[in-house]
Amino acid sequence: MVTSPKLQAQHVWKIFGDRRDAEVVAVQDLSLYVGDNEFVSLVGPSGCGKSTLLMMAAGLEPISAGDILIDGRPITGPGADRGMVFQSYTLFPWLSVEDNIRFALKKSSLPRSEQDALVREHIQLVGLNGFERAYPNQLSGGMRQRVAIARALVYKPQMLLMDEPFGALDAQTRLQMQELLLNVWQAHRTTVLFITHDVEEALLLSDRIYVMTARPGRIKAEIVVDLPRPRNLLETESDPRFAALRRQVLTLIREEAQRSVGAPMTPV
Amino acid sequence: MSQPDSSLRPAELRRPPVRLLDLRADIPRRWYVGAGVAFIAIFLFAWTAATWLQLVSPIFLPSPGAVLTELQDQATSGILWQDLWASVYRIMVGWVISTALAVPIGVLMGNFRFFEGLFEPFVDLVRYMPAVAFVPLTILWLGVGDTQKFAILFIGVFFQQVLLIMDNVKTVPRDMIQVSYTFGLSRWEILRSVILPAAMPGVWDTFRITVGWAWTYLVVAELVAANVGLGYRIMRAQRFLETDQIILGILIIGLLGLLTDYLFKWSYRRLFPWALQSR
Ligand SMILES: Nc1ncnc2c1ncn2[C@@H]1O[C@H](COP(=O)(O)OP(=O)(O)OP(=O)(O)O)[C@@H](O)[C@H]1O
Ligand SMILES: [Mg+2]
Repeated sequence: MVTSPKLQAQHVWKIFGDRRDAEVVAVQDLSLYVGDNEFVSLVGPSGCGKSTLLMMAAGLEPISAGDILIDGRPITGPGADRGMVFQSYTLFPWLSVEDNIRFALKKSSLPRSEQDALVREHIQLVGLNGFERAYPNQLSGGMRQRVAIARALVYKPQMLLMDEPFGALDAQTRLQMQELLLNVWQAHRTTVLFITHDVEEALLLSDRIYVMTARPGRIKAEIVVDLPRPRNLLETESDPRFAALRRQVLTLIREEAQRSVGAPMTPV
Repeated sequence: MSQPDSSLRPAELRRPPVRLLDLRADIPRRWYVGAGVAFIAIFLFAWTAATWLQLVSPIFLPSPGAVLTELQDQATSGILWQDLWASVYRIMVGWVISTALAVPIGVLMGNFRFFEGLFEPFVDLVRYMPAVAFVPLTILWLGVGDTQKFAILFIGVFFQQVLLIMDNVKTVPRDMIQVSYTFGLSRWEILRSVILPAAMPGVWDTFRITVGWAWTYLVVAELVAANVGLGYRIMRAQRFLETDQIILGILIIGLLGLLTDYLFKWSYRRLFPWALQSR
């Protein structure tokens, strides 16, 4: 099956610093693509340039060389066609849950009543009924990220960019959130580029996984996750192919992690 | 294994012993308030005792009774109200002018590196200049009216205020701004509907702190060329060694400063309830 890429990065470079002797090559000649309605994860050692790549895709960070195309057109800046969820909490603390979600519709031309319906629908979607009027400082970490996800979905961007959205959560909440995202995505297919440290999370959610090298970040490997859909936490993780894929990805990451700290490589 | 019925509340709950000096721990409110009241009471007691026992000459330190009598005299003769009004008016106008300029300039400096580069060296230079030294100059430039008093208060407050507001704006998390771009908002929309509301609690605290400074600059503003005002009353009393008047003036300024501080704290809690626990 050939899908037309929604997002395509072509020989992308990112170099920080303008002095030649003090520059940091964060991303080096990186190419990847994300198909229409495809869920793609990006894993790799800490500091390898994952966030930088995502920021460039969002149009929030200039690209040093190469191109990132959306539907074949180079991106020129941030836009409402790409929704983003950050690892840190980015809710507006002075707005209630409801108004945080509604904020994303500021540029929408829909009539007020339809906006209200959308907000209600998305509160439902992330299971926050009853918390419409609560403020972010009254919510747990998992609930805050659920609001952030609802806020990134409500204005129906053509793709979602997610930078370790569950990275700061405890293991229990994390599992709940993975299941939530899995269900939301399976119900409302959309294009997702997802960064994570967690290999199991990547396998559970993704159609494909890119493994990045240690900095300067390049693509080390591409892994197709051919686990059947619809997936769910219990069944998918007990699939024998899940264990094999997990081992494969972990081996790749381990090589890079060892390379980046300069330790000798040991056979796995 | 049988679980005890969780609805059966134990008859007696263990209360942890209250340790007053636990690190960062909360203490019962009566201790917190009581300690503050007691400290002031001790201070007043020491003052009363020292004057009562005539340990110090009344010229150096008048008794609390003498200060109260002075208060009564000034209140009945009307001097107190004239002074109060004149000073409160000067502080209000001086501080409002300073704030009205410091907010937009501070916001520009906090958001745009260009404006930071443009203004910061100048502001840094002026803020170390002593406000007192501007008294003769301002009289020369502006005369002896209230405008000169506003100018001194302005010089004392504005240059610090602008830097504080710049910092308030800079504390708005970068990710919060970035995420707003992904909703399709323009720079100006983000400035108005994200950065300003996010910075507001900090700015409100800056207001509280700088109003306090305005009170401390009052005496400087009324140092010369004034014939009414709390600061003026203190300066005049100094000439005639009327220590009871000096102490009365100092106490009134202190209390008014405390009152404005309290008003800002109180309105902060009313205006920004969402900012309270999240710190
Ligand atoms: N503004 C910047 N200026 C200079 N160097 C930067 C800047 N931002 C990132 N870097 C560098 O670029 C590299 C990649 O950073 P990035 O945040 O993209 O890593 P990451 O893969 O997201 O790491 P993590 O998994 O820890 O989040 C790092 O070495 C970092 O120090
Ligand atoms: Mg990162």
